[in-house]
Amino acid sequence: MLSVIRTIWNVFLHSFRRRVTIQYPDEKPYLTPRTRGRIILSRDPDGGERCVACHLCSAVCPVDCIALQATEDENGRRYPEFFRINFSRCIFCGLCEDACPTYAIQLTPDFEMSEHNRQNLVYEKQDLLISGPGKYTGYNFWRVSGVQIEGKDKGEAENEAPPTDVYRLTP
Amino acid sequence: MISHPIASIIGILIVALSLSAFLIWVERRLLALWQDRYGPNRVGPFGLLQVLADMIKIFTKEDWIPPFADKPVFVIAPAIIMVTVLMSFAVLPVAPGIIVSDLNIGLLFFLGMSSLGVYSIVLAGWASGNKYSLLGGLRAAAQMISYEVFMGLSLMGVVLLAGTFNLTRIVEAQRGLWYVVPQFLGFVLFLIAGVAEARRLPFDLPEAEAELVAGFHSEYSGMKFGMFFVGEYLGITLISSMIAVLFLGGWNGPWLPPLAWFLIKVFAFLCFFILLRASLPRLRFDQLMSLGWKVMFPLALANLLVTGAIVLAKK
Repeated sequence: MLSVIRTIWNVFLHSFRRRVTIQYPDEKPYLTPRTRGRIILSRDPDGGERCVACHLCSAVCPVDCIALQATEDENGRRYPEFFRINFSRCIFCGLCEDACPTYAIQLTPDFEMSEHNRQNLVYEKQDLLISGPGKYTGYNFWRVSGVQIEGKDKGEAENEAPPTDVYRLTP
Repeated sequence: MISHPIASIIGILIVALSLSAFLIWVERRLLALWQDRYGPNRVGPFGLLQVLADMIKIFTKEDWIPPFADKPVFVIAPAIIMVTVLMSFAVLPVAPGIIVSDLNIGLLFFLGMSSLGVYSIVLAGWASGNKYSLLGGLRAAAQMISYEVFMGLSLMGVVLLAGTFNLTRIVEAQRGLWYVVPQFLGFVLFLIAGVAEARRLPFDLPEAEAELVAGFHSEYSGMKFGMFFVGEYLGITLISSMIAVLFLGGWNGPWLPPLAWFLIKVFAFLCFFILLRASLPRLRFDQLMSLGWKVMFPLALANLLVTGAIVLAKK
């Protein structure tokens, strides 16, 4: 009997509590910077595409929502000819971001991607590519890698030793 | 201030019906408040037009009668609850002069009408031709039998003190002291019986949406379901008004006009009914029956006995 009255009183005290509801479209919930939302492709600090079309992201994707085709430009830089993410399949697991060797593919805290037409959820490269470096500023894959491209010979990358002359026998 | 009875009828009808519709919104907002949510707050100011939207929806729904139902009874059952509850409002003294019919046996009329209301539930459960509905109807019948008895008995203390069955004169007899003080036990008993009578949450066994789909109105849709729904809220309003009239001095109170006092008291009890729903779980069926017969009924009898003895001794 007493417990019933105490229950009623305790429930009544909830009139003075803060409400836990976040009224979403009016007030936005706080999303941590690591929230996994819409996927983007970033550029390096010099404005070039970071993606080297290695296919690791599409290989690791558990729902196979990433499709791309590799090609090479006149400078010898690999880049994707097309890069397509089907967001109606994407589960925002973030494995593609983990797999990416060049920090090109990144997940952002934006989740508001509702569409009336399902076809509109297939994002092409021009939809994915942003103009900045995303979470990793200052990193440029082509500047540190040993791959030879136009204007940067072997051994000219940052922290890279000149290539060994394999015909010399001295160590 | 004696107004025309037809004006009273129309006024009480409009106020009662719109109040019970408004109550749906009040209940949802208050339940949300006590569960730390907001409830409907998007349609119109504070979500007030939510009721209107729901009404439009319920009116445009298909009014389906299942082929296995007993059609005439199925149709007539929701009307019974509306009629009986609205009839009870006829004897309700809202303010001096605002009463449809100042019956000498107003209290008995109210008790009789609220007992008749259970036919609606039982017939709805029976006519639906559905085992869950039937179970709900059966529970309603058993619940009403257990609760009508001590509901009536708990009011007899008030009748003894006031010396009349006339509700207006009961209110006038409380000018000095509200009966909630000398009849506190009767007040508590009537409150519990009222919750059972209105089939509200600790005692909503006929509906019991966790066990019986929706109990007696499982098969109802469209406006027939709407009638049950409005009937339920009218029932709560009626019980709250009766508590206000019988125990809290009806329209009596200082400073404010009588109508305001009456509405404040009724609204407080409406909120209390909703608070009960927010806080208490549903009783098991045998618990309900044994509470009614083994605890409430003897208490009501004892209350009547003591009150009678005191009234006799004072003479």
